[in-house]
Amino acid sequence: MSAPENNETGPRIDEPTGTATMGHEWDGIEELNTPLPTWWLYTFYACIVFAIGYCVVYPAIPGIKEGSHGTFGWTSRGQLAAEMDAAKAARAPVLAALDATPIEDLPKNPELLAKAVAGGKAAFKVNCVPCHGSGAAGSIGYPNLNDDDWLWGGTLTDIQTTLEHGIRQPGDDATRTSMMPSFGRDGILKPADVQDVVSYVRLISGQEPNNASAQRGAALFAANCVACHGADGKGNRMFGAPNLTDKVWLYGGSRTAITETVTNAHAGVMPAWGNRLSPATIKMLAAYVHSLGGGEAFAAPAAPAAETAASTGQ
Amino acid sequence: MTNMDPKGLTRQPPKRLHAETQAVHPRAVDGRFRRLKWAVMTFCLAVYYITPWLRWHRGPYSPDQAVLIDLEHRRFYMFAIEIWPQEFYFVAGLLIMAGIGLFLVTSAVGRAWCGYACPQTVWTDLFQHVDRLIDGDRNAQMKLAKAPWGPAKIARRLGKWSIYLLISISTGGAWIFYFADAPTLAREFVTLQAPSIAYSTVFVLTCTTMWFGGFMREQVCIYMCPWPRIQSAMLDEKSLLVTYKDWRGEPRGKKSPTGAPLGDCIDCGLCAAVCPTGIDIREGPQIGCITCALCIDACDGVMEKTGRPRGLIDYVTLEDSARERQGLAATPHWKLIWHARTLIYLGIWSAIGAALLFALGTRQHLSIAVSKDRNPPYMILSSGDIRNAYAVRWKNMEGRPRKMQLTLDGPAGAKMWSEDMSKEMAARDLTRIIPADTTAPLRIYVTAPAGTHEGKLSFTLRALDQDGGEVSYATRFDAPDEDHD
Ligand code: SF4
Ligand code: SF4
Repeated sequence: MSAPENNETGPRIDEPTGTATMGHEWDGIEELNTPLPTWWLYTFYACIVFAIGYCVVYPAIPGIKEGSHGTFGWTSRGQLAAEMDAAKAARAPVLAALDATPIEDLPKNPELLAKAVAGGKAAFKVNCVPCHGSGAAGSIGYPNLNDDDWLWGGTLTDIQTTLEHGIRQPGDDATRTSMMPSFGRDGILKPADVQDVVSYVRLISGQEPNNASAQRGAALFAANCVACHGADGKGNRMFGAPNLTDKVWLYGGSRTAITETVTNAHAGVMPAWGNRLSPATIKMLAAYVHSLGGGEAFAAPAAPAAETAASTGQ
Repeated sequence: MTNMDPKGLTRQPPKRLHAETQAVHPRAVDGRFRRLKWAVMTFCLAVYYITPWLRWHRGPYSPDQAVLIDLEHRRFYMFAIEIWPQEFYFVAGLLIMAGIGLFLVTSAVGRAWCGYACPQTVWTDLFQHVDRLIDGDRNAQMKLAKAPWGPAKIARRLGKWSIYLLISISTGGAWIFYFADAPTLAREFVTLQAPSIAYSTVFVLTCTTMWFGGFMREQVCIYMCPWPRIQSAMLDEKSLLVTYKDWRGEPRGKKSPTGAPLGDCIDCGLCAAVCPTGIDIREGPQIGCITCALCIDACDGVMEKTGRPRGLIDYVTLEDSARERQGLAATPHWKLIWHARTLIYLGIWSAIGAALLFALGTRQHLSIAVSKDRNPPYMILSSGDIRNAYAVRWKNMEGRPRKMQLTLDGPAGAKMWSEDMSKEMAARDLTRIIPADTTAPLRIYVTAPAGTHEGKLSFTLRALDQDGGEVSYATRFDAPDEDHD
């Protein structure tokens, strides 16, 4: 069992390497005594000391109900809370400035407006994208916020009101509500009359020539629709009645789509964000939506990087 | 394992992976190369310490420090040149030139970079000079190194290391001035108001200078620096090397025991004593030699005293050395410098330099970048017009405000307006004054009449002031595929 000794005392010296063996052997395999380098050992000891110190200072030792707390009371949750607080504190001045600025005065402060647009972009991604799409282009039944067609008005104030009170929100007195009758379903117009009205609407939106059906539709339109959509069909923002003469259609401008609308009417809804989001967030959202290119009544601020907006055109 | 004795029942001392380093205590020497070395050292240190304090007036909108790396605003100023991040190729070009310049110098005059201009050499030389000031020359240094620790030795060591530290701190300290306005930063630094990065940079550079220059010294050149390895691949029989002319020096000795004639070398050992890397050049070319030529100075002195011609150790090429050995006249040094390799490197180096100068001279000081909105790609307006949106950035890279005009070249009937004006003002062009040294971002909307198909669109930015200049950016205009209903 024991390795042959070539020396009375102490372990055998391995011949080829000249190194002492450890004195044990297994299946003919012996271990040479090559100690670890000193620097390695001290690094190892330093690690042990560090680990003990770490366990004392930081929460590291699990327990049955709860683990150790560490001398500094540091927790990852606490760190997160501190970081969140710091982020909030960093945003506070902008939010305070937003709270203090009436929305129609935002364009006078281009810097604050730019911050509001950036904040609104982020808030839009969280709250509005499910209906209006990530680029705010909407879809059938969900308005495209990039274009220049507004049911309830496209100024900063109008957009803010819509955001705050929503569309057809029960319990909110200031909510936007328009009520188009279901002309076909409720029997106000006969199916053939509906078709004539549709012809007329397509005529005034430049999609169909003037024919007999459209002429009949004109009379029906005058009798049933002008109260909301106006004699010229250009709509009325007081009632949220769409402009029927333009090229933008919330529910589609094809014959089928318009027939469906006249027959059954639509009643889309949007949440009243006033009781979910802070007034500052709503202002930021309004500023962002307004900035998408269709915003109305925009008093040009000083150009951001220019001393003057100078001349345009020749 | 081949060097092991299989039969030996030995208790050998443990094998070490490296030999213990012997401290090098080079002896002071005087001569033409030593004086050249002083001159180069003074020049290099002066450039390093003084450059950040040079002023350069660039007008009211830009910093007036001649050389400034402004990380915060991402600008690099070098005298009349100002480099923006997108022009980083200038810096890359300069680095390539520096690399090829090193090749050029090496092929012409050997390892002159190592011997004279390398910061490791310059600072090591400085520290060795401090050693001589405090401890005395070679012999005194060696005696002190062996002496047991006592008050005198401690005092000397503390004195010497304090001077090391002083040099190191001012070395690290000078570096940070390249990155901020030097006078301001200096004031902030001493009043403890400088940014913490300044202190940590100075700390790190102080430690490395102290360690590399004060203690590691020639070991950096021999073990750590990759350049000697590369260099040995670049040297050929036409490269200048510090060479001991063995055919002239051997057999060496002071007095011939047999009476047979001796060579010129009297074996005084001075060439090895003055060598800062501690090698003996008489053993032939070796990696430790940094070509500082101090051994040439030392030996020339000896030759003068013994009445022999100078140049027993000399800068020669292997080719020339062979000629001399046969008794032919040596080629003058200035002729040796010109051979195929140097000419090729010089050609490449000058070509890159010329290209950079050309680019510098002709570069536009304005630029434009456009990114098109893709979500949604286009928009139908209530009038039926099609609208696309673009994020345009116009850059004025000059130190003065400039009047610029952006024009649109796209589908017929297209017009543009920007986020800061009302759509009724839409036109084919718009004009702005862009402040000095700025990028102006502007969201631009372009409309084209209904029925327009998708196609090409480009923006052109033109400077309207005296020097002019024009840049374009091509992008596209998206439109619905078919009639929209
Ligand atoms: S051998 Fe001569 S040239 Fe080479 S490093 Fe030593 S002193 Fe300098
Ligand atoms: S200094 Fe010159 S003479 Fe003296 S040992 Fe060196 S080569 Fe020989």
